[in-house]
Amino acid sequence: MAEVSLKGEQRVFMTGNEAVAWAAVAAKVDIMYGYPITPQNEIMHYWTRLAPKYGKRFLQVEDEISAGFTTLGGVMSGRKAFTATAGPGNVLMQESAGMAEMMRLPIVYIIQQRGGPSTATVIYAQQETTLTCFGGNGEGHRIVYSTATHQELFDYTIKAFNSAWTYRFPTFVLGDGYQAKMREPLTIYDPEERGQTLVKPVALVGENIKGKQFKHLRNTYNTEDELYEVVMANQRDWDAMAPKVVEWDQKGCEDAEVIFVTHGVVSRAASTAYDQLRAQGKKVGYFRPITVRPFPDEQLGAAVKGAKKLLVAESAYGQLLKMVKTALYGSNVEIVPMLRPGVGITTEEIVEEYSKL
Amino acid sequence: MQELKENNVLQPAMPSSWNEESKPHKFCPGCGHGIILKALGEAIDELGIKDQVVFGCDIGCSLLSWDFFACDSVQTHHGRTTPVITGMKRANNEIIGIAYMGDGGGYAIGSQHLFNAAVRNEKITIILCNNCNYGMTGGQMAPTTLPGMKTETSPYGRDIEQTGAPTKGPEMVAAVAPEGAYVARGTVANVRQAKGFIKKALENQMAGRGISFVEILSGCPTNWRTNAKQTWEFIEKDMAQYFKVGELRVPQVKEG
Repeated sequence: MAEVSLKGEQRVFMTGNEAVAWAAVAAKVDIMYGYPITPQNEIMHYWTRLAPKYGKRFLQVEDEISAGFTTLGGVMSGRKAFTATAGPGNVLMQESAGMAEMMRLPIVYIIQQRGGPSTATVIYAQQETTLTCFGGNGEGHRIVYSTATHQELFDYTIKAFNSAWTYRFPTFVLGDGYQAKMREPLTIYDPEERGQTLVKPVALVGENIKGKQFKHLRNTYNTEDELYEVVMANQRDWDAMAPKVVEWDQKGCEDAEVIFVTHGVVSRAASTAYDQLRAQGKKVGYFRPITVRPFPDEQLGAAVKGAKKLLVAESAYGQLLKMVKTALYGSNVEIVPMLRPGVGITTEEIVEEYSKL
Repeated sequence: MQELKENNVLQPAMPSSWNEESKPHKFCPGCGHGIILKALGEAIDELGIKDQVVFGCDIGCSLLSWDFFACDSVQTHHGRTTPVITGMKRANNEIIGIAYMGDGGGYAIGSQHLFNAAVRNEKITIILCNNCNYGMTGGQMAPTTLPGMKTETSPYGRDIEQTGAPTKGPEMVAAVAPEGAYVARGTVANVRQAKGFIKKALENQMAGRGISFVEILSGCPTNWRTNAKQTWEFIEKDMAQYFKVGELRVPQVKEG
């Protein structure tokens, strides 16, 4: 092995993609599998530069289907493995994510959302929220962290590997093109030096032990009843896990009349709008799911109890909105949507929408 | 091999790498999968690699082999066994990875994976059962369906003007794989030869030389709607005429 990684805490100024590559090194990831697509490319660029220095590996494959399934192969052989993609690549990777859900494989995907549908833009959107939470022909048995800052990209990439290997559900870090390409300051560190535990991977197959008990892993079942048992067992595990992994952030909801509900990078605009309006004495609140899957249903329900209106702002046409409505089923609070598919949302725009209410 | 006599009754001869609990296997009477998997089982036994093997199987009839061996096994998605075994081998090169699939999995839905695994010379063994049709889904035309052959999606016979000519997989792999590749085509009509090819394919992986790819010509009497005589005639004459049996690439083994 080469030099010790990330000695001490370092204040750095880098792109989000670079922060993810460093986070994967910090999380002691063994191997990345990848296929180029903008805006996630630099995760591979930095990983391929760092990997040989830290005794780690990389494989560039023929498409995102292969990237997903080779990563599953790495995971099954007991290595911390991940891949990264965006947009149409995220669509292709859902096939492997489905297999991970069924077979409980702790794969980690980094998603840097681009515009959609189709090829759309390489720039930015929040239009992969539904896909990342519920893609595939299943029940959305996965964990999705929606990050807002480079520090979070670093922190939650490390956390994603721990969550995946603890609960054995596919885990996604949901970023976007802005976070991927923008530079900003953050602190990178060795999580173990900070006293954080890194969950150790375990081989599911392929351990060379003489006379071992062999394992047969499958995702096909013969009868409806057999399948029902498996899916319901996974559902029960997922339900038991949800309160342990759910994360959210909120400010001023206790006495707020209007609460801004946003996720990901849009929550930075909402947070600043909150600060500005509060400074003017306006009774506004701020609520942000950090895990969009599992969604902080109860927490949102409690936060909006005294509010008159919610302003739900997102760079998609109603993907967060659907989650909010589901979470608040039965509540009388008025929901005002601010839907901007594929374009950024600024503090000024949120303040302006607020002033129209 | 296990004890042949139990309570003085002659038992069926099974490779010790077979999982007895899943026998008798679930393939149709007359199907070639059982023959191929017996050859593979014997090769695993003879090489003594049972504990290092990870057997990956595809979707289609090949998935019925998910619990066939007393070896670590992974059943994947249609066409995705090649990348799963590739990913495993890249992460842990002590594994002896075997990807088992049909012609649809290898030459249609997973053809990009087969092609690129060959180009990258992945150190894995791919065994592909060619039976000229999609068996599990009810006998549709496959990339390997012979010209004029009737299937559910070519009911008037395969028109190669419309659908192209049958895929020659080993020829394709042999054309693109770098030095160190082992490529062969065997047939269930010559089990001893097929087993030899499979064994060499495993040895090639163990030596870390390159990709090892073996296609085996096989029968599907259920979907072909053939009796035993017709089935063997089709495998031995029609198929072997179009798909030439033999070794296409044998790596030069360095002396000393």
